[in-house]
Amino acid sequence: MREIKADKVRDAAADLAKEANFVLRKDVLDALKSALAKETDNRARKILKAIINNAEIAKKEKLAICQDTGLPVVFGEIGQEARITGGSLQGAISQGLELGYARGNLRRSIVKDPLSRGGSGFTPLEAGCRRQPSDASGVLPLTGFIPAIIHTEIVKGDKIKLSLLPKGFGCENKSQIRMFKPTASIEEIKRFILEAVEKAGPDACPPFVLGIGIGGTQDYAAFLAKKALLNKIKNQKSKIKNTNQKIYKLEIELLKEINNLRIGPMGLGGKTTCLGVNILSYPTHIAGLPVAINISCHALRSAVKIL
Amino acid sequence: MRHLKVGEEISYTGKLYTARDQAHKRLVEAIHSHKSLPIELKGSIIYYCGPTETPRGKIIGSCGPTTSSRMDGFTLPLLKLGLSAMIGKGNRSPEVIAAIRKYQAVYFVTYSGCGALLTRQIKKKTLVAYADLGPEAIYELEVKDFPLIVAVDSQGNSIYKPGFC
Repeated sequence: MREIKADKVRDAAADLAKEANFVLRKDVLDALKSALAKETDNRARKILKAIINNAEIAKKEKLAICQDTGLPVVFGEIGQEARITGGSLQGAISQGLELGYARGNLRRSIVKDPLSRGGSGFTPLEAGCRRQPSDASGVLPLTGFIPAIIHTEIVKGDKIKLSLLPKGFGCENKSQIRMFKPTASIEEIKRFILEAVEKAGPDACPPFVLGIGIGGTQDYAAFLAKKALLNKIKNQKSKIKNTNQKIYKLEIELLKEINNLRIGPMGLGGKTTCLGVNILSYPTHIAGLPVAINISCHALRSAVKIL
Repeated sequence: MRHLKVGEEISYTGKLYTARDQAHKRLVEAIHSHKSLPIELKGSIIYYCGPTETPRGKIIGSCGPTTSSRMDGFTLPLLKLGLSAMIGKGNRSPEVIAAIRKYQAVYFVTYSGCGALLTRQIKKKTLVAYADLGPEAIYELEVKDFPLIVAVDSQGNSIYKPGFC
């Protein structure tokens, strides 16, 4: 067994919170730049330039790419030969995110109770209750509340891989799932996806990246759709190909058809509606065909650390 | 405001109030129960924005627009009291568009998902009301050359194709 101290997990989570929110993923930035090169609509070009400029400012000035620093979703691949000492995995991740969000001045967008909307996770710094560092470390006392959603998977090996995807809710609100009949055609599935993108429209901050989960169960398809957003985005020029040829073909066709909708950046028209389509599929039951779509805004943020 | 045409791009210098979901709920509750409001709505501009916490040495944190349609259900009473403009992202309901026309207001959109870029246009930030809401509190912002696109003009013309949410 390889021992990994919980403190290390905490520090990694803190770093991930800042890295994901300050530094736009290279594959996303590259896709934006290649979209700008192809875009012919003047307003769309202007908006794409603003988006690229925004990413540069955020990185340089350690500012959040978007003020919606999201609900933090963590994907953990835990090696079966790894053992966490001095604390729990979940506790260490939560504490680390709390630290990272506090130190990075990232917005606490979480409310404890979804119905009463009470008990928000932020500390009202502006309300005259500025927190003082409790000791010489200069670290602000923690509110002890940043409830990440943590998906763990036990894998071979003795390492821990943590991926953080802070998901903004402008686009999360537009995500959808449908349980198709097993006899449904590819055309029906495509229509569902295109309609979801049209409904997302300008609200979800296009150009989008689409994560799609096909197969499994209702919950597993939704999980796959979210997880697909961690993968590098592909476009027509990309060398990264889905190993499943049928799925790869669907990704390319969907990308083209979504861009033909001409929703454009900010929904104000243009060729650039979608930067990439990532599909993950899984075996499913003879009676069904679940399809989930997780829409990401252009600020698709994630970061990875291996311990 | 009433001379602006849909699609027109302007740079705004002046004051804005930030307000999003919970602040809208409170404002409208106050209006319905005839309580005084913490801000003068007549002639004001509301920016649908909940900024991140302010980093040391800066005026404001990342401060882009949030989805406007979530405020649709609260917008009519504010327009009735003289709200002159709103800034956000995305489309508005037919009721809000009709009210914008009726009260000769304007709805603008600004660069969405560009909260770091927009910090450069904010010159001053003052807490005005609902401090307990944290990022959802009402702040008065003094902005310079803030980029705006007219999305619904005072004639009720919308920049978005019908059918988009």
